[in-house]
Amino acid sequence: MAVPILKQGHYLIASIQAALSDSDVLQLQDDLVEQVGRFRSRGIIVDVTALDVMDSFASRSLRGIAHMTRLRGAETVIVGIQPEVAFAMVQLGMSLEDVHTALDLEEGLTFLDTQLKEPGDGDR
Amino acid sequence: MTDEVRVTVSSDADVVAAREKGRELSAQLGFSSIDLTLIVTAISEVARNILLYAREGEIVLRLDNSDGQHGIVVVARDDGPGIPDLDLAMRDSYSTGNGLGLGLPGARRLMDEFEIKSEISKGTTIIMKKWAPERV
Repeated sequence: MAVPILKQGHYLIASIQAALSDSDVLQLQDDLVEQVGRFRSRGIIVDVTALDVMDSFASRSLRGIAHMTRLRGAETVIVGIQPEVAFAMVQLGMSLEDVHTALDLEEGLTFLDTQLKEPGDGDR
Repeated sequence: MTDEVRVTVSSDADVVAAREKGRELSAQLGFSSIDLTLIVTAISEVARNILLYAREGEIVLRLDNSDGQHGIVVVARDDGPGIPDLDLAMRDSYSTGNGLGLGLPGARRLMDEFEIKSEISKGTTIIMKKWAPERV
């Protein structure tokens, strides 16, 4: 099932609704990398609250999304990693160290707002 | 109460199906939600391994109550090319495929028992178990 991506101002919000197959994850990766350019987005939130499992492939692909979109000029935050999933990811050896994460959508938005606020923004 | 489920693995949708069946079956044993997630993640890793290296195979999920202990047994079997060097395959960060090499060693860390047998051009069998907490 394809992951819906919402455009919200300068941000893209991908909210995963159900179990993801490998091809769904790859599709999401392609879609986000493409839409960052199309909408000139500055930030991306991937909401994984609904995921009850994240194996090495899914984790690696999420990290890939964060890295690829950064190369396209946007910051990615992964939000909503469930406690059980966090536990399993660490055991597995996937800690997503170099990727921004936040507790939930709200925290993710706050993070992006702070991160992308340019000095002198208020003067324009 | 079902105590054995077989899932044929030949596409990435089957990996998702194997995870779901594994969660359903394990849930009968009273595992904590953390343990359930660990089991399901391990199933996902071995199922993907089948897809990556053998293209197809099967996952057999079984409840085990030998020695008065209850547990879930996951068998991943394929008739693929086999793994030439098991020690190397079980080492973290080693991969000949497209992965990070965390799959098999990761799955071993997630489960209580893990056994792998492989024969060149005959295939690979992985048997892993997780024991349920004692019921009071």
